[in-house]
Amino acid sequence: MAEMWINMGPQHPMTHGLWNLRIKVDGETIVDAEPEIGYLHRGYEKIMEVREFQKNVVLTDRLCYVASITWSHCYCLACEAAMDIDVPERAKYLRVVSNELQRIASHLMWLAAYGPDLGLLTALLWALRERELFLDLLQLITGARMNQNYPRIGGVRNDAPPDFDKYCSKVIAHFRNKLKEHEAVFEQSKLFQARTVGVGRLTRAQALDWGVTGPNLRACGASIDLRKLDPYDAYPALSFAPAVEKEGDSYARYKVRVEEMKTSCDLILEALKKLPAGPYRSKPPRRCEGEGFRRTEDSRGEALFYVIGDGDDRPYRVKIRSPVFSNIAAAPIMMRGNKVADVVAIMGSIDVCVGEMDK
Amino acid sequence: MAVEGEVLARLKERFGDATFRSLGIVRDRVVKVVIDRKDLRAVCAFLKEQLDMEHISCITAVDWRDHYESVYHVTSWKRNCMVQINAWIPHDDPHIDSVVPLWNGANVHEREAYDLMGIVYDGHPNLTRILLPKDFEYFPLRKDFPQEVDRQYVSRRKIGGA
Repeated sequence: MAEMWINMGPQHPMTHGLWNLRIKVDGETIVDAEPEIGYLHRGYEKIMEVREFQKNVVLTDRLCYVASITWSHCYCLACEAAMDIDVPERAKYLRVVSNELQRIASHLMWLAAYGPDLGLLTALLWALRERELFLDLLQLITGARMNQNYPRIGGVRNDAPPDFDKYCSKVIAHFRNKLKEHEAVFEQSKLFQARTVGVGRLTRAQALDWGVTGPNLRACGASIDLRKLDPYDAYPALSFAPAVEKEGDSYARYKVRVEEMKTSCDLILEALKKLPAGPYRSKPPRRCEGEGFRRTEDSRGEALFYVIGDGDDRPYRVKIRSPVFSNIAAAPIMMRGNKVADVVAIMGSIDVCVGEMDK
Repeated sequence: MAVEGEVLARLKERFGDATFRSLGIVRDRVVKVVIDRKDLRAVCAFLKEQLDMEHISCITAVDWRDHYESVYHVTSWKRNCMVQINAWIPHDDPHIDSVVPLWNGANVHEREAYDLMGIVYDGHPNLTRILLPKDFEYFPLRKDFPQEVDRQYVSRRKIGGA
């Protein structure tokens, strides 16, 4: 049968945003694939050059609406590296707490999207129900459910409210129980198993060669977590082990994310227990001369901001390294040899966020 | 010796001081070197093959008005060390060797740098626009591409007079 190209997108439920995956098929089998992105390009790097350092936090929040805090946090770290300033101890812990809350909310959003992709509508309702509790916690500490605008260059915007640790431990105890139900509904579903186990396999060597990071890389058996390897903020003082799976298929990527949510729960509780007293914000300089970069473990992989200042109160150049942008380049490798029906199972498991990918 | 010192010493030993415009340690586990574009392929190949730098984080193009820079952040997970390579490119001839033969992960990043800054990566397998439309005529991240700055801090309501 003759080979032909098919467009999966830009208007397709599996894209979870606006991008296009062109696949070359021979009958039902995928021979080649080619992601086509840029539909959501807003020129972030250019816009940030005319705004003051601090005001860019509002923009970086909107890079990915599912994981706002992790992005603003990374931008603030890069600015702090460029300005060569330090952050108060308490702010470091508050950043860890807000980051990990955001990571759980982000992974739950992914779970809520991935379930219906594969016909598990229960997962959508359950995961969003649990995510609501974490959004409430985020609202308590930051004042907003989404696009929180919480990290600041030199600290965080405000202190944690009274009894925040009690609310957290209550929600997390509840969530840990619920997560068992989630695991049961996914892992005992024959349908879910049949569609993810062995589908979209990526080897460790391929993942490293193509610059894949985050949960997708850890699902290939590589214990690479920037919170451990290039620790920032309070992570060196906290004990945790990154979740690793060996198989490298869609199912392993699901397992890694579920394990990560458990790790994040532990990290939140530990950070709140060790939360030191003191100021939560220091005053950063208005102008910056010099350059700095910082990378963090975003919920989707390695996020990197590279900030250059030329002595003005606005950055001369900002570079955003989005993990999804690199991960999606490896999509053709995961696709080849699978069936058309597997495209949804594979692309869903990568956890695509178009906002950060297209910048 | 800490890992960043070791990487720095190996680079000095292999290339000598003449290759580098500057080199130094930025912070723990991060080394920065500044080179000319002609040495890029040799330095990158050495980093990948001798110092296990198997991951390329990102490629940034910077317009310094009198020259361009192509900045590479490469990482070795095994050694847990990162090297930042700033390669100078003349302003009137924005060409530099591609590093895709070394790292496939560089593919999309070089396409992005070409798309937004107009740096041509020689030897790239498919150097086309990636984020902007195919028929776009400009390179928007260049400093001579103007932005509307006079209205940046005025709210929409004030402009409309409502």
